[in-house]
Amino acid sequence: MALQTPSQTVGPYFAYGLTAAQYGYDFDQIANDVLVGDDMPGDRIHIVGRVFDGENNLIPDAMIEVWQSDIKAFGRMGTGTDPKNRFHFETVKPQSLDGQAPHLAIIVLMRGLLVHAYSRIYFSDEAATNAQDVVLNSVPQERRHTLIAQRHQVNGHTEYHFDIYMQGELETVFFDV
Amino acid sequence: MENKRDWSVHPPYLHPGYKSTVLRAPSKPLIPIKHTLSERTGPVYGLDTIGALDNDLTKNGIKNGEPLGERIVVAGRVIDELGQPVRNTLVEIWQANAAGRYIHKVDQHAAPLDPNFLGGGRCLTDNEGYYKFYTIKPGAYPWGNHPNAWRPNHIHLSLFGNNISSRLVTQMYFPGDPLLQYDPIFLGVPPKGRELLISKFTLDLTEPSFALGYEFNIVLRGNNETPFENK
Repeated sequence: MALQTPSQTVGPYFAYGLTAAQYGYDFDQIANDVLVGDDMPGDRIHIVGRVFDGENNLIPDAMIEVWQSDIKAFGRMGTGTDPKNRFHFETVKPQSLDGQAPHLAIIVLMRGLLVHAYSRIYFSDEAATNAQDVVLNSVPQERRHTLIAQRHQVNGHTEYHFDIYMQGELETVFFDV
Repeated sequence: MENKRDWSVHPPYLHPGYKSTVLRAPSKPLIPIKHTLSERTGPVYGLDTIGALDNDLTKNGIKNGEPLGERIVVAGRVIDELGQPVRNTLVEIWQANAAGRYIHKVDQHAAPLDPNFLGGGRCLTDNEGYYKFYTIKPGAYPWGNHPNAWRPNHIHLSLFGNNISSRLVTQMYFPGDPLLQYDPIFLGVPPKGRELLISKFTLDLTEPSFALGYEFNIVLRGNNETPFENK
């Protein structure tokens, strides 16, 4: 077997290469914060969050990617353009597939992460399916809440809040995918 | 097949020599996950994603003339762990200019920007897994990690492969760079993996009277037995 090419950090300067339009550079990008077109059937949702380091400082140079396998949709956004350093994604609520609870797969990249980190976003209004989910159930109970986005109604739309903590008591669960 | 990340070649999250890891590295052990549809699939990008000049960084940022610096070819093959080509997969790159300055607004290094160089590009691998970029050799630049810290010349690369589990973000270095031995980002890679990040100069890719050629082959996790996006 050939050895895998080692990972290196995305570094602080990814913006004009990977998220150029978001950051206002003269180049386009393959994916952004809107995962679906207006014609996609389903419940329109927003996902909003922030990323924190081990001293609870907001991380302004992270890049978050989301993969929604039920509709094969991909999103990518850096935390450097929102005034509050949030990431946000707009999509339709994922469907339950394979007997799993609805979720999004996410990839977290930033300066200081030599290897990207995988996590998942589940939804607070899916308590019954979450309780049956094989992956959630593989996580120690006291840490499961770190994977569950909290539902809010904001300005007439459904918004899920999902903050990512790299370390500490609230440290988000990251998977060995 | 669920080939795992090979931690004997990938860097650990916490590598204190690279100071930014200290407050950003996950501190709790990763939790193993059984692969489901979410891990076995991933985004697929086609030729419609790629603009005509996207793989030519010597041309895609031109405003009023040629970019300054040494033109190079960076090319290679993307394969899986069994040596099979990873076909038609997206490769994105970004880098500093010849003076070691990124166009990024956050980069404060007092080296000149080049009005004719953007430093970002992308292409797809072909049916045999080969990719090719034309660019300018990036310069070294100082950074604040420790006194007199300098990053070796490097090009950032981002790939997906066949699913999100094979996602790779990495950096390609140049042979014989004296800064490699001092760079905590490069040295974060276990010794066994380091050579895999250093491109090889080759006359085979060098274009006469035009550009020096560097070969950089990439091995992604898994193999092509992995179910494809649309299965």
